[in-house]
Amino acid sequence: MTDLSKSGAAVGEPTAASPAPSAFLEVRDLKVHFPTDDGLVKSVDGLSFQLEKGKTLGIVGESGSGKSVTSLGIMGLHTAGQYGKRKAQISGEIWLDGTELLSADPDHVRKLRGRQMAMIFQDPLSALHPYYTIGQQIVEAYRIHHDVDKKTAKRRAVEMLDRVGIPQPDKRVDNYPHEFSGGMRQRAMIAMSLVNNPELLIADEPTTALDVTVQAQILDLIRDLQKEFGSAVIVITHDLGVVAELADDLLVMYGGRCVERGPAEKVFYEPRHPYTWGLLGSMPRLDRDQQERLIPVKGSPPSLINIPSGCAFNPRCPYADLPKDNVTRTVRPELAEVGSRHWAACHLGKEQRERIWTEEIAPKL
Amino acid sequence: MSDDKAVTIPAQTTGEPSGGAATLTKDAAPGEVLLKVTGLKKHFPIKKGLLQRQVGAVHAVDGIDFEVRSGETLGVVGESGCGKSTMGRLITRLLEPTDGTVEFEGRDITHLGVGAMRPLRRDVQMIFQDPYSSLNPRHTIGTIIGAPFKLQGVTPEGGIKKEVQRLLSVVGLNPEHYNRYPHEFSGGQRQRIGIARALALNPKLVVADEPVSALDVSIQAQVVNLLDDLQQELGLTYVIIAHDLSVVRHVSDRIAVMYLGKIVELADRELLYKSPMHPYTKALMSAVPIPDPRRKNAKSERILLKGDVPSPISPPSGCRFHTRCWKATEICKTTEPKLVELRPGQQVACHHPENFADQAPQDTVLLTAAKEAAELVADEVLAESAQTSAAVAAEVAEAAEAETEAETPEAAETPEAETEAEILEAAETPEAPEAESPEADAPEAGDSEEEPPAKEK
Repeated sequence: MTDLSKSGAAVGEPTAASPAPSAFLEVRDLKVHFPTDDGLVKSVDGLSFQLEKGKTLGIVGESGSGKSVTSLGIMGLHTAGQYGKRKAQISGEIWLDGTELLSADPDHVRKLRGRQMAMIFQDPLSALHPYYTIGQQIVEAYRIHHDVDKKTAKRRAVEMLDRVGIPQPDKRVDNYPHEFSGGMRQRAMIAMSLVNNPELLIADEPTTALDVTVQAQILDLIRDLQKEFGSAVIVITHDLGVVAELADDLLVMYGGRCVERGPAEKVFYEPRHPYTWGLLGSMPRLDRDQQERLIPVKGSPPSLINIPSGCAFNPRCPYADLPKDNVTRTVRPELAEVGSRHWAACHLGKEQRERIWTEEIAPKL
Repeated sequence: MSDDKAVTIPAQTTGEPSGGAATLTKDAAPGEVLLKVTGLKKHFPIKKGLLQRQVGAVHAVDGIDFEVRSGETLGVVGESGCGKSTMGRLITRLLEPTDGTVEFEGRDITHLGVGAMRPLRRDVQMIFQDPYSSLNPRHTIGTIIGAPFKLQGVTPEGGIKKEVQRLLSVVGLNPEHYNRYPHEFSGGQRQRIGIARALALNPKLVVADEPVSALDVSIQAQVVNLLDDLQQELGLTYVIIAHDLSVVRHVSDRIAVMYLGKIVELADRELLYKSPMHPYTKALMSAVPIPDPRRKNAKSERILLKGDVPSPISPPSGCRFHTRCWKATEICKTTEPKLVELRPGQQVACHHPENFADQAPQDTVLLTAAKEAAELVADEVLAESAQTSAAVAAEVAEAAEAETEAETPEAAETPEAETEAEILEAAETPEAPEAESPEADAPEAGDSEEEPPAKEK
């Protein structure tokens, strides 16, 4: 869309440059870069994935891995010229139900936003306007896309609040956000995002700000609503537990790129990227016997201005020296198929990784 | 170090003799009570109007008792607003308790003034949650970690700078970063700086309030391991406050579960996670999402709690959990359950504990709220819970029969006659209509960690 020239080979398998995507949502070689005084921040650097209706894609990664930037990019919320009046540089293709969003007319995208695609934000307190009642905010979201009078819209708002499990919705609809508890605010925000029956729902850390018991309620709610509405859902989180609860497919991001992608079961049980191993190893688990020690990933996440050359994970990877000719530090690995519908971007040989996983990593988890 | 053994706090002027030594022997023998808290309360007044009259109080911490033994790690879990952070600030005396006592090494420190507390600050240190706001951005790392020495008037062997650099390497940072500012470090590194500062004066007790919750997953593990290593190396005693149950299980020896200003369960780690007794503990643990996609649809194991935590301004009468508990009966509404040791190493405050004989078997009529709450709990869970309770009840009855001497502590709690007669009845009470189909009804038993404890024994 902007000055970024598209790099030749896109990442992952959907490389065919021709349009007509078969999937409901298809993202091809998405790049989102932000120019800053210190240099170009490559928040997302060549990301591709597909998502069908009725399915859930989980995107996991640490802070600064580009998860949220991806979601805002899909929603078309980057181009408005924020970040010190300097525009984000976005390139690639985002196909939603046969429409390419990045090259589409912004007015058209605006009509889709909130109607065909909606978002649940992490912090409901800052995402809800403190000056308007919950009802007013839901009514606004509904009336922008539907030509109905206020009364009908309010009835719809009450209906939605009831659906997401807010007690006494006809009274609560006139409350202000500060009169709601954290869990109820998140429910209200879910009600607002679902009021137009969106076909694509993006939940960006939907439960991070919530307590564990409330989190369980919200996860259940999201799952039930998805069944009911049949929408495609993207869940963005750093919590592997949340992803395991919701996602059909999993995408692991590191340094703005996808390092592993596949069905959730595969990624959890046969992970093929050392970073995924690291994530699994650094997480204490309630469902297993007590581990003696956690196996952390050494070092810290890379700066997005100076992404390490070669594989972005190489300074933290315990196996970086195994491939020949220092290739991990010079050549960037591309996603390669490691199983059916399962890709990983790593220089280690396929068999080598299988061996390391089964012999060294899996027994310690 | 051995002269520190005296109960009195060493005078401020005696410099720490062992400045440079990396390994330190602690004076209190492991297992000895280091910190004892009795009936601790903190109410924050709510003032209103022109005259600022007190119209109410937030019962942040409302009467808790526990001990911390030397060398152990006590984990404190609970949801936001349950008073766990306030508790941490009370035992480090950053807040003045409303009531109750805090004893450190046998000495009452509840109402010591700022000056009298100062020598004690050497022994009790705190690690804060947010590594961004707990380090002064205008001071260098050297100044920050060296501050405790200056404040306490201690000159470590080899000078402050050398000692600070040693501390930096102990927590895994580069000693050459002595002159850098906090903003030059990442979140995980800053948390290490906070840890180095807390360790500067060789404290005996370290209270860590959410030490890893602001950190990324891969960094969390680094810090958790660091805390672990330091404990082994320096013989530290930790009180670790956190909301993440898996982290708490990983680091703690014993765990206290708090709800609305009270401790509802305090038990050894294994006991608590294998067979939680308080319904709230059980609900809390079942709510943790398990990172295992194959269990995605095992929704039945989860206990969903109704609504939100009640306001601590006017907490519910009796047992504070009765408004959300699926087992609540009349007695829960009227009588507050005491924290009693039902099984060695497991203290619970509940009239109708899980995985154990009912403490108030005569009271079987569920409250309306409880019936509503029970609708959210899967039948399998209820059946399983009834089964285990019945099994334990039978066991207790047997034990009571065999040894009338009341060797088991629970026999001391419940009159034996009552246990035997009514407990079997309790197993068939309305809470467990499914109990009649015994084995067939516990399908996920294979991988469930809530295996009836009775079978293990």
